[in-house]
Formats: sequence, structure tokens, C-alpha cells
Amino acid sequence: MSELPAEVESWIGERRYEETGEFDVEQGYVYTSCSSVQNGNPLFWDEKTASEITGGRIAPPSMISVWFRPHYWSPGRTEEAVPMQLHFDLKAALGLPEAVMTDNTITFHEPVRIGDRLKTVQILRSVSGLKTTKLGTGRFWVLDMEIENQHGELCAIESYTGYGYKRS
Amino acid sequence: MQTNELTLAQVSVGAELPELRIDVTPSTVVLGALATRDWRPMHHDKDFAQERNGTRHIFINTPHNAAYFERYITDWTGPKGRLGKIQFRMSDSVFPGDTMVFCGKVDGVGTDDRGCGWVDLSVELKVGEKTPTRCKARVALPVDADDNPWKRKGDDWQPAPVA
Repeated sequence: MSELPAEVESWIGERRYEETGEFDVEQGYVYTSCSSVQNGNPLFWDEKTASEITGGRIAPPSMISVWFRPHYWSPGRTEEAVPMQLHFDLKAALGLPEAVMTDNTITFHEPVRIGDRLKTVQILRSVSGLKTTKLGTGRFWVLDMEIENQHGELCAIESYTGYGYKRS
Repeated sequence: MQTNELTLAQVSVGAELPELRIDVTPSTVVLGALATRDWRPMHHDKDFAQERNGTRHIFINTPHNAAYFERYITDWTGPKGRLGKIQFRMSDSVFPGDTMVFCGKVDGVGTDDRGCGWVDLSVELKVGEKTPTRCKARVALPVDADDNPWKRKGDDWQPAPVA
């Protein structure tokens, strides 16, 4: 299976899964994130500093993907919801049961503010031929996520390189 | 509480950032996964990580890596440091029992055509003799004590270039 399936080929460059996050950007998660890496930046802990420097509280830029990751469970959901559905679509379509991310690039634009509700779209940029690594044999793919706020302002472009594989 | 207030004039090419050491435990990995809302089992279930991913333990996830890079860089810059771009490659994973050592150096210092001060950085996350993750970052710094990169919007904010 070295040729790319036509279905996957057709996804390249297509804007898929235009979605709005399930909840507003909120302060509690900002504290949890900063705590997880011991980030003492006063922008995220001190209201006066945030007011003076950023015109109010914002979220750490690196938290950008947090705001559109689905709940593990919610009422009425019958299947596991996953972030970056396109990544999982690729695993299924290419018959590659395991996957890891290898590269991440984030370009930050408008700051994400407490109370924002973010919107995302996923775009497949490329899929490699079959490659063998120490994990197994599979393919690399590059996915972009474009994220904007409720005002239509671009907040970030996040690009992931994933490697889907079958274990050796 | 952090109080650094670095300005562009205080930075020169080749300058090194202070080293940061973090001892990784299972709690470190799980805390990061939960903080980033990443419920995938390879970040909290050792059996899954070993049997499905073929790794020796659960491992730190991608957005948790990003959060560490942000913390490392802004510990150095202070709160007026505004990240424009980070790009990193994870050539190996970081596991409980590892000690992460972050180190960085300044690759470039300059001002763009809108007057925004930029510093380009190379940051490495090392574990023993290995370098599991290498990061390039571009961060805006105040050009003087009265400047504030966070006030830039639209065409005055050009975060893209990273070598």
C-alpha cells in the first residue's frame, strides 16, 4: 500500500471540521496549565499586571489547543470525541492504528482572552510515502489548525506533523 | 512572582538563557495531559503506552511540551515578552524518571519595519546525553521601557518568520 488512497488525496488542501469550541476560555484552566509547568508569569496570576500589560486577563498562548479539545464525555455522545478528527480519519483511512506527533509549529496572533469562544478549521497539507522508523512503518502527515475568536480575528495557526504507523 | 523586565537593548546574539531543570514523574506527565485536555491513554496509562505505542512508559504530550517552552522563554523575558512563534521537533519522548534540562541561546536580535523588537532563540530540551526536543522560537521584546509588544495588532504584529 504505497499509493495514497484517492479519498485521502482529495482531503489535501480542503477545509474540514469547521467547529466552535465546547466552552469559553476560562481562568480555572489557565491556573491549571500554569501550575502544571510552574509558570509564574504574573500576566496569568495577577489581575493588575494583566490589566496594565494586556488590557485584561489572557490565556497563555501555548494553551491554544486546550480551548477546542472536546470533553471526554458529554450527554448524548455515543462515541469518543477526539481533537483533530482529521488525524484520526487519516489513521483509519490509511490502516495505521498507532500515531504520534513529531513536530509542532504555532504562530500566535491576537491574544486569547478569558471569555472568548474559539473556532477552528482543520486542513491537511501533505501525506508522505511509506517510511520505516524505530516505531514501525507508516506515513507522516502535516495538518494545520486555524483558530479564530468570536470576532473573526485570527488567534493562531497551529501545524502538526503526525506519524501514523503499524508497529514492527 | 516573576519580575523580569527584559528589553531588546539588554539582549545580544550568542547570549545564553539560564538553565532550567525539571525532574519528571508520572504526576508530571498526567498533570500536563489533564491541563491540556489530552485524554489519550498513552499519556496516563503505562500499559497502553507500552503495548500500543511501544514506548517504555507514558510520555509528555505535545501541548505540555509547548507549555514548558513558553514558561522557559517567558521566565527569561518577563511578562512583556510576547511569543510570536514556536516550532519544535520531538525526536524522542520524555518519560517519568527523566530529568529535563532546558537550555537556550539567542540566535538573532532585530527590529522589523513596524518597529517591533524581536529575538530569535534556539532552545533545547535535553535528557542526559539525548536532546529529545529542539525548539526555535521568536519572541517580541519591548524596544525600551515604555514599549509594550502586547499592544500591537494587525499589520503592526508580524510574528511569522522563524529560520
